[in-house]
Amino acid sequence: MALSRQDVAKVGLLARLALSDADLDRMTGELSKIVGFVSQLEELDTAQAAPLAHPLDTQNVFRADEPKPSLTTEQALQSTPRHDGSCFLVPAVLGESGAA
Amino acid sequence: MPKQPATAATPEPFTTVIGLEVHVQLLTQTKLFCGCSTTFGRPPNTQVCPTCLGLPGSLPVMNRRAFDLAVRAALALECRITPFTKWDRKNYFYPDLPKGYQISQYDLPFSSDGHLEVVDPKGAFSRRVGIIRVHLEEDAGKSMHDEGAGTGDSRIDLNRAGTPLCEIVSQPDLRSPQEARAWLNELKLLLVYLGVSDCNMQEGSLRVDANVNLHIPLPAEGGGDARVAKTPIVEIKNMNSFRSVERALTYEAARQWEEWQATKVEMGTIPKQTRGWDDPAGVTRPQRQKEESSDYRYFPEPDLVPVTVTEAEIAAARGAMGVPPTALRAALAEKWKISAYDADVLVNQGRELVSWYEDLATRVGEGKVASNWMQQDVLRTLNERGGTIAEFPVTAEQVADIIGRVQRGEFDTSRGREIFAEVLASGKAVADVVASMGIAAVSDDDLVALCKELLAANPKIVADVKGGKEQAAAGLIGQAKKKNPNANPGKVRQTCLDLIKGM
Repeated sequence: MALSRQDVAKVGLLARLALSDADLDRMTGELSKIVGFVSQLEELDTAQAAPLAHPLDTQNVFRADEPKPSLTTEQALQSTPRHDGSCFLVPAVLGESGAA
Repeated sequence: MPKQPATAATPEPFTTVIGLEVHVQLLTQTKLFCGCSTTFGRPPNTQVCPTCLGLPGSLPVMNRRAFDLAVRAALALECRITPFTKWDRKNYFYPDLPKGYQISQYDLPFSSDGHLEVVDPKGAFSRRVGIIRVHLEEDAGKSMHDEGAGTGDSRIDLNRAGTPLCEIVSQPDLRSPQEARAWLNELKLLLVYLGVSDCNMQEGSLRVDANVNLHIPLPAEGGGDARVAKTPIVEIKNMNSFRSVERALTYEAARQWEEWQATKVEMGTIPKQTRGWDDPAGVTRPQRQKEESSDYRYFPEPDLVPVTVTEAEIAAARGAMGVPPTALRAALAEKWKISAYDADVLVNQGRELVSWYEDLATRVGEGKVASNWMQQDVLRTLNERGGTIAEFPVTAEQVADIIGRVQRGEFDTSRGREIFAEVLASGKAVADVVASMGIAAVSDDDLVALCKELLAANPKIVADVKGGKEQAAAGLIGQAKKKNPNANPGKVRQTCLDLIKGM
């Protein structure tokens, strides 16, 4: 299965990556190879195989609802390129936030 | 600006079809996948750790309490709980989503196929609304943009990132903005009663998006059959109160009707639109086109193992659920012989108030009398003062004492109200207030003397009553009250009528 340049451009946009024409050429080739490798699985007859939700044969891993210490604000912000001492600073985003 | 929708007197030429998507924050102490606190209103980025910041190498572990509360919510909404559930990554890029994906549920939500009914206590509507699914997911952080600062930066606070949310998706079963608001009230009441969420909209622990379109019956024409045209579905966001939901839906239905008349554009011919509610302006405005569902590139979350739920666990969750409002309304109406409307008013005030009422009704021995006092005196005062019933300065015992004195004929209900107000204002004991207000039962001799005095002063009323107009005696009661505030109006009336008969 080959990916088109448009497919790659769209995925790039969704990830907010600014891909140059050269990037797109290279990525289209590399991503197509990856998808092609995985598509070998299509040779298998999986009609009788139940969908696998997780490779580990483990279920029900929980923790108790007990507070643990958080990081300090200083620690939380230490790896970010820009902050104002209490918040991460990013290029302006307008519009709604919150879980979609 | 679209015209206001038609009123009930002139039926609308369309049906408004509404479905709601509600997110509620679960009442846990910690986040869904880490031990950071969920306390609201703390300074930015003080409740974050490597897991909820999405730092490399961190791994999520599911909060048991969050899962249990979500199951409780689903059971209360009569959903089927699936024995096997998993989580998925919903990928999208936004600065308040540090991992670049939200852990949510896609094809195997833990529950589905429920319903919640809303019945208008005045009988205007009754609607059973289907629940498509309830699932458990994590919240994003908060981004703030200070336009005044002119820096062009947005500030990101990740305290909320990873907070457990229950997403509740209804069928498009609601048929008016009023129904939608009433249904949301019922949903909120249910979730608060069961301790699932505090549903505080100001703090964002309950958020609502609405999907709405119009179904317009069209007559047969040009040899075709009669059919129903459907306007394109619009999703409305940014509604910060149930009142806003009602207003936004009312506006949007009118806007769609106007647009339909102008364009005749039907559902399926254009992409789904998202519009934001501008509350001060009272209008919806277009927002960015929503990314197509496939753009989220869902895939199973490899960092979380699936969860299984047994029948025994479901039964245990059901047992621990507590009495939901619907059942409580019916139980109160039956036990205390009060109307469905009265039971509705009491239950809608919350579980603490219902306990207070039951305490009062038990002491008084008459549910209806206790309910009247609750609604006319206690609730009215409580609404004026604000606060909860637990903070109310007058106890159920004191109100029962006042009602008992009324029942024994020491004074009438209106005098009882004055005593209630004085107990409330002064904080004194009922007996002391009764004494200080000079309230004493009027003896029969005093009452007869008072009535004789009134009759002598009002020959016209006496003549009218003799002539058959008994209702004329009402004119004497006000005068009696002025002369002796403790005089019981019913007794004054009867005594006067008896005296006139003997004249």
